Amino acid sequence: MTSIDQGPAAAETSPAAAHEDTPAAPIPTMPVSERILRILIPLVMLAMLIGLWAWYVAAYNIPKYILPGPDLVAQSLVKDWPILGMALLVTLKITFAALAIALVGGVALAILLTSSKWIELALSPYMVILQVTPVVAIAPLILIYAPSTQSALLICAWIVAFFPVLSNTTQGLKSTDHNLLNLFELYGASRWQTMIHLKLPAALPYFLAGLRIAGGLALIAAVVAEFAAGSAGAGSGLAFRLLESQYRLNIPRLFAALILLCATGVVIYGATSLISHLLLRRWHESAIRREN
Amino acid sequence: MSLATSSPPSAAPGRPIVRLEHISKTFSNGTIALKDMSLTIRAGEFISLLGPSGCGKSTALRMLAGLGEPSSGSIVWPDDKAASKGSEGEIGFVFQEPTLMPWATVFKNVWLPLRLKGISKEAARPRVMEALEMVGLDKFVDSYPRELSGGMKMRVSIARALVTRPRILLMDEPFAALDEITRQKLNDDLLRLWEQFGWTIVFVTHSVFESVYLSSRIVVMAARPGRVIDEIDVDAPHPRGIGFRTSQAYGEYCRRTSESLLSAIGAADHL
Repeated sequence: MTSIDQGPAAAETSPAAAHEDTPAAPIPTMPVSERILRILIPLVMLAMLIGLWAWYVAAYNIPKYILPGPDLVAQSLVKDWPILGMALLVTLKITFAALAIALVGGVALAILLTSSKWIELALSPYMVILQVTPVVAIAPLILIYAPSTQSALLICAWIVAFFPVLSNTTQGLKSTDHNLLNLFELYGASRWQTMIHLKLPAALPYFLAGLRIAGGLALIAAVVAEFAAGSAGAGSGLAFRLLESQYRLNIPRLFAALILLCATGVVIYGATSLISHLLLRRWHESAIRREN
Repeated sequence: MSLATSSPPSAAPGRPIVRLEHISKTFSNGTIALKDMSLTIRAGEFISLLGPSGCGKSTALRMLAGLGEPSSGSIVWPDDKAASKGSEGEIGFVFQEPTLMPWATVFKNVWLPLRLKGISKEAARPRVMEALEMVGLDKFVDSYPRELSGGMKMRVSIARALVTRPRILLMDEPFAALDEITRQKLNDDLLRLWEQFGWTIVFVTHSVFESVYLSSRIVVMAARPGRVIDEIDVDAPHPRGIGFRTSQAYGEYCRRTSESLLSAIGAADHL
């Protein structure tokens, strides 16, 4: 959504304009102290957890092949970065490629499903089957059929990520306000216009909720599929490096790979939440602070 | 500023704009929503459809707007040979709820009917601003609906209905969800605009007092089956204001209308 440039009219726009019905309060902003606390509290919590971890390992003399201390893991993260960084890149590529295809495919299929109840009747059972079958169970088949391991991983991640986008967007497209649909009919809107100007914007909050789920699932599926595929070698992702570290009892590196995965997941979640917030903050209830 | 008049210059006052001829509507579940309703709406009239819930007043209004076809009978637009039902631009419709797009600014909401006809933002701007000025919201073009009060949302909705300069303005209990004070203010404003611009308005309401205050003619309807039972001309002069609302004539019209409505309720067994 782009905001409208009102030109000269904007200069007159003033929320304090004299009028008999007063507008609702402007979007409330958070006080500064709360903003600081919102950043500070999670950071303090993180520091405390790492401190507890370091203390436990030192106090009880835990061997590093069972639980390495945070210092060892950090060292490993730096020392093994060439290997882990490459693996991360591979995993990220699969994750984002799968997510991108899932978004396009999910939205396109949702539009198709809601355009005709016959198409919905014909296709939706297969969508459900695709969703409920564990991806680990179909991964071996996909590995056989797919031209390369990378494309097999992509297909697995896509299957998992695409369903939340599809089901949420479908729900959103069906939840359009009936009065607004009547209004569009009254003004002779074409199907295309109704889709662009009404149904898609109305489905946006639902789609964004799907995106947040799909973002996390795409990463999980990329890792799980790689486990299932048992791929190995230089072109492998973080999942292979995890397994490899386990076989070699290189537990610090295993932890380092795990931390990279966690961080990636958190960043994806944060990014999708931010996108959602930016798109909805002006109008949707979910993005507005309640003030009583 | 040019005045947005709805009636075409050729249409003399009192010339019929639309005729409902013996229309009936039966829903798929067998409910008879409306039975044999006939009504001629003339240019410049302010007609209220008054009745209890289930009397088919909203159904009649929606069919006038082209939302749903009558099961029998016909709706005739004498000035408009091509289209049998109200086509785009002929009709402005105000729903009971403001029915605004929450993701769009006030400007974009009012621009919508023109946008759907392919009129660009720049080309539509003068008309959008004119419509917003009429309802006193020209300073809120960039606001989002959630930032407005209930009364202001309704004003945006009215501005959107007026932006196409419709031949006839249909209002389906537009102020029913508002508080009494806001409602009275909007009634006054609507009446002032109607007196100024001479639109044709069909106004659905279940309030006797509102219908008498606003209308030049009240169509009293009854439920089960939905039908017209009375028509009352309100000949009180304009401009109407607090003077009319407190006059003896107003009380007399309200009494007469209430009696008519009561006989309708008596005719139906229960409410």
